[in-house]
Amino acid sequence: MSLPPRSQDIALDLLRDMMRIRRLEERAGELYGEGKIRGFLHLYIGEEAVAVGVLHALAAHDAVVATYREHGHALIKGVPMKAIMAEMYGRLEGCSRGRGGSMHLFDATTRFFGGNAIVAGGLPLTVGLALAERMQGGSRLSACFFGEGAMAEGAFHESINLAALWQLPMLFCCENNLYAMGTALDRSQSQTDLCAKASAYKVDTRSVDGMDVIAVYEAARDAVEHIRAGHGPFFLEFRTYRFRAHSMFDPQLYRDKDEVEQWKTHGPIHTYSAQLKAEGLLDEPGFLAILAQVDAEVETAITYAESGSLEPLEDLSRDVYTPRAAP
Amino acid sequence: MSIRMTYREALREAMREALQRDPRVFLMGEDVGRYGGSYAVSLGLLEAFGPERIRDAPLSELGFVGAGIGAALGGMRPIVEIMTVNFSLLALDPLMNTAAALRHMSGGQFSVPLVVRMATGAGRQLAAQHSHSLEGWYAHIPGLKILAPATIEDARGMLWPALLDPDPVLIFEHAQLYNLEDDAGEWETVDISSAKVRRAGKDLTLITYGGTLGKTLEAAQVLAGEGIDCEVIDLRVLRPLDDKTLMASVCKTRRALVVDEGWRSGSLSAEIITRIIEQGFFELDAPPARVCSAEVPIPYPRHLEEAALPQVSTIVAAAHELCLGTSG
Repeated sequence: MSLPPRSQDIALDLLRDMMRIRRLEERAGELYGEGKIRGFLHLYIGEEAVAVGVLHALAAHDAVVATYREHGHALIKGVPMKAIMAEMYGRLEGCSRGRGGSMHLFDATTRFFGGNAIVAGGLPLTVGLALAERMQGGSRLSACFFGEGAMAEGAFHESINLAALWQLPMLFCCENNLYAMGTALDRSQSQTDLCAKASAYKVDTRSVDGMDVIAVYEAARDAVEHIRAGHGPFFLEFRTYRFRAHSMFDPQLYRDKDEVEQWKTHGPIHTYSAQLKAEGLLDEPGFLAILAQVDAEVETAITYAESGSLEPLEDLSRDVYTPRAAP
Repeated sequence: MSIRMTYREALREAMREALQRDPRVFLMGEDVGRYGGSYAVSLGLLEAFGPERIRDAPLSELGFVGAGIGAALGGMRPIVEIMTVNFSLLALDPLMNTAAALRHMSGGQFSVPLVVRMATGAGRQLAAQHSHSLEGWYAHIPGLKILAPATIEDARGMLWPALLDPDPVLIFEHAQLYNLEDDAGEWETVDISSAKVRRAGKDLTLITYGGTLGKTLEAAQVLAGEGIDCEVIDLRVLRPLDDKTLMASVCKTRRALVVDEGWRSGSLSAEIITRIIEQGFFELDAPPARVCSAEVPIPYPRHLEEAALPQVSTIVAAAHELCLGTSG
């Protein structure tokens, strides 16, 4: 199987970006163990193909809203890795001045609107971004990432109804990793066919192998073209898997180790790099060179975060309200 | 030039002017368009501005309030109407977890210039799911601004400064006020930062807002006939509270009575009295007092509803107690 023509130009970028997320998060997990990063830390390891494939299909000016498992989305949207790491460290140099931490990465410059730690909370927000764009006659679209667990929330149903009713330029990206924290999909939702749920609102849908970055990219490209052509919102289900615990406090009593190991054999990075090698687009020295480059970026980000500063205490109340010039 | 109009008309004219002044302004909510608004506030606006800007929303408070936040972030200036404060609880998540928190949580990157209007309060025999006064709850939340127009002037004048405000502003319209009629006053110069003295006096400060301003002024009239000269303060802005106006009055009269249609425990009235004690304890001649709603879900039958709410007679009795040490 060879890569589709339109994926060939970015073939190595897709690999590099998945590796950037993977190494950033592996190191973040270690730093959590050292007590350098605190609070909740939700790792995306295993699911990298979804964020990478979708974000490469979007334009730089499109808006993105994500969940609390969003380091990868922020990074590939263009938030500098050092600003993400500094945020996890709670430093002033972080992308949210250190106030949000791992779950609340924000970046106005790249139109990355969080970092939302309320399950399904980003969905109505994205509807509004898409509505504003449409009312102002713009052509940018708004994409929202959410887990399959969010599809049990009323916010999902209200949002997809609004997006379909008003035919808004919105991309629904469901990251179906089979577990809402520790509750399996078939233990929490009566209809486990997620595309059927979305279709009930007259939204076009597609279910995609979320472990295959090319499949993700191709599906997202098609969906984006559909939306930009004015055909209304699109729902993509990405079947994927979280290799690590839900958060750093999760003993994973709800799933078998065998199941995890089985999914790991479909890991998005090694299957894709094997494919690239088979097609002659990559060799082992080339792979190692990318890895070295990525590791250097991660270590630079850690050094940056380590040397970052703490927000002065007198700024605690800053930005509860927007400062206004005296009349 | 002053024009006579109802509170409802004043709100409608304020929206009409805002829609004409700024193309980013639009109204969104349940039945705001074809129906004309559940309290007929937006009647006629659909014909004037069309369905894009007078946008009927499905029964999805969480969805369309969240969408209002997103639209504000996306460069629009939405006015979101919620039928009544009890229904706003379905949208408490986006209001509290997103609108109020976003600017601080994002390190100052994202302000939310959203205006939400809703009806509040009792007095129409609508029972326990349409009659509460929960604006005090919202006034608890940092990041929000809370307005309670009690006059025609404020109903007309508060919307535009609220739309100019870069942060989320919630406007609470007491359902009993919609038919109130008066001069529109100097609505073009209304601020959304200060409390106002609605009646000057020297013996006792009555502090209230919104739907109980009328009852409080009436009580002040009764008390004046008995030789008790009351100053009446209309808070207007429930967050942030205007301590300065409040304390200037209390330090003058040395007595304070708060009238609030909200419940008593853990309430706005508790906050106001705490501030008075914190800032003026040694100026006081008597312990501050309050008249609030009975701590029950508001019941349907008229006699019980009336008994549950602050009334002129209960305000007068509390004033007697405070000034004379007697309720008689």
